[in-house]
Order: sequence, then C-alpha cells, then structure tokens
Amino acid sequence: MNAIPPEFKAAPAADAPAKPFLDRLFEDGVLMPTGVDGLYGRSGAFEEVIDGFERLVERYSRADGAMKIHFPPAMPRVNMEKSGYLKSFPQLAGSIHSFMGSDADHCQLIAALTEGRDWSEYQSPTDVVLTPAACYPLYPTVAAKGAVPDAGLLFDLKSYCFRHEPSKEPTRMQLFRMRENVCIGTPEQVKEFRERWLERGPKMIASLGLPCELDVANDPFFGRGGKLMARNQRDQQLKFELLIPVNDGADPTACLSFNYHQNHFGSLWGMKRADGEEAHSACVGFGLERIALALFRHHGNDVAKWPESVREVLFG
Amino acid sequence: MATQIRELIGNHKILPVPLERVRDEDDLYELGMTSFASVQLMLALEEAFDIEFPERMLNRKTFASISAIDRSVTELVSGRA
Repeated sequence: MNAIPPEFKAAPAADAPAKPFLDRLFEDGVLMPTGVDGLYGRSGAFEEVIDGFERLVERYSRADGAMKIHFPPAMPRVNMEKSGYLKSFPQLAGSIHSFMGSDADHCQLIAALTEGRDWSEYQSPTDVVLTPAACYPLYPTVAAKGAVPDAGLLFDLKSYCFRHEPSKEPTRMQLFRMRENVCIGTPEQVKEFRERWLERGPKMIASLGLPCELDVANDPFFGRGGKLMARNQRDQQLKFELLIPVNDGADPTACLSFNYHQNHFGSLWGMKRADGEEAHSACVGFGLERIALALFRHHGNDVAKWPESVREVLFG
Repeated sequence: MATQIRELIGNHKILPVPLERVRDEDDLYELGMTSFASVQLMLALEEAFDIEFPERMLNRKTFASISAIDRSVTELVSGRA
C-alpha cells in the first residue's frame, strides 16, 4: 500500500492548482452541475470508469459465490422507521412526499407556488423513503426467508443511496452509488469475511495506482448521544475505512468501508441461524463515485491518458 | 444513588435480562446493553440528576457498569454543588 503523500495532509501548497477540483471536473465535462450541490450529471467516461471498477469487485464477489441483488434506490418507509436510522442519522435521511389532496387543495398548492410560498405543507409522506445504504433493504428480505443456513449467506449489492449533506466537495454527493458485499452468519464467519476484504481492499486500490491508508472510523451519528455511539464504535473497532486523498488540502476521503454490525441487524430484523442464535452481519461498501473521483484526481480528467497498468485493470 | 440508577435502567428497559441478577460491577454491555440503549440511559441520567455529561465522559467506560455510572454521576453532582 502506498502511503498518503504529504502534500495532501498539509494545507494547499503554493503551487497547488488554483481552481477547485469540482470546477475542473465541470470544466472538462466529467461532471455536470444541476444547480444543487451534491447532485451532478456524470459523463460517459466517468460511467465507464465506474463500470470498470465494478467488474473488478465482481471478480472477487463471483469467486466468493455472493448472490447479486439490486434494489431500487428507495425502500419501504416502515423499514426505515424500524431500522433505527432516524435515531442515529436524522440529519441524513430523505423521505419521499407527494400530493394526495383534493381539487381545492390543489388550487392552494398552485397558489402557494405562484406566490413563491412554501408549498410542502400540501404534500404528505408516501410509503417510500430513499435508501441510505445499499444493504438496508437486504436484512428484512433475508429475515423473511427463514433461518440463515449454517454456511452463512453472501450478497453482492448495488444501489443509488441518498444522504442529505450538500457540499462543494465533489466526493460528498447527495445521491451516489454504493456497491456492497454483505455476509450474514456466525460471528466467526462474518469477521473472517471482513478480514478477507480488509486485505483485498488496499490491494485493489493500489492496483489502480492510488495511494491509500486504512484507519479505524465511526459513522456520523447525530447529536451528543451520537458522540457516545461513535466512541463505542471506535473502541470496538467496528468500522474501518480505506482513505484516499482526493480533495485538495482536505483530509483523505473514505472510499471503502468495512463494517462489523455484530448482532445489530440480526436482532432488529429477527435474522436467526438454524440453531436459534441471532445472526451477525458485516459489510464492505465501495463508494463508486468516490473511487472514480480518486482516479480522475490522480490520473487526470482524460481517461485515455491514464497509465496503461490502470487502464488494464479497469478496461483490460 | 445506585438504587436510583437501577430504577432508571429498569424503567427504560436498558437491559434484556432481569435487573435483580445484575451486580453493581457487572459489565452492562456484556449483559446486552446496546449502543442505542446506552445513549438512552445517558439522556435519562442527565434528566434525573440534572447533569450534563461532558465530552470526556462520553465513552464506553462511563456507562460500563452500575458502579461506573455511580462514580461519574457522583462526580458531576458534587461538581455542580
């Protein structure tokens, strides 16, 4: 694994490119602005890079025998309510609302729109919320199928995910794709799964000519109680992140994360093993846009000029 | 103080096991207190004793056992007086 180059750890160097990374991505048409921070169009070249990286992930997940499932980027509202997401991350959650009123209500909505007033009061929550992490729709689905087999279960997931954190950092998008491998089984099985990916992750990133470092991490739990949750998570080393420098003068960006949930989802959704014990779970998540952005940051905005070894891994 | 702490643990259903079997020194996390539950307990303690846990105390050790909680709460209550 290459170490993080010192220029990324310090403040921007005097000879650092004057233009922010996001502006350079817009200028070269890699991303397209929409008017909202964190919501961008992607170029064909950007998508091909993501496709290439996903093929690399799939080489491993297929060999492992993981079952591929793609959920839509939304999930039942009741499942988000039950998941505890609103306890831990109310600031990130996104729910889908729609108009369900009468003709008279519609007139009021139009009036509010015309007068530039807040029209959201004429909307009501639907049964659907935006998926916050690719694996959230999985657990209730697995629980509904009955006992987890002795050999454990492996899944290969992908979803667009929503997190409400508008930012000028291109790596912090509001809608982004997460590819995930998830293991459900005994504590030993899922810990071994996480170890396996902790070894693979840095090798995959190094094969793309990118520097990276592994570190203990925590989720961005909300509020003062969240600080306690975050310290608990760190003390128990439940989350690791693989960090790659992407943004000028900023801390390196978490591009992969390796999470051991213990029996959290097993207990929440009633996922049991054949012996009646609650199943444990772990996941490895790949932030696909972040990995692509790391590649553009380090190898330039013209994919045709990327090092041959990197192109070989992605497109070979 | 320990009696009041026990009551809070019981009333807020912090543990999945009967409280009478829990000794003051027992590790509450090992007895099944989740991270969520420890936050709930923290907020309940703050309300009951009119205290605020400072950042240095927002860690696993502070809430690890009834006696550990007792020590932290005693310190905060006496600091306030």
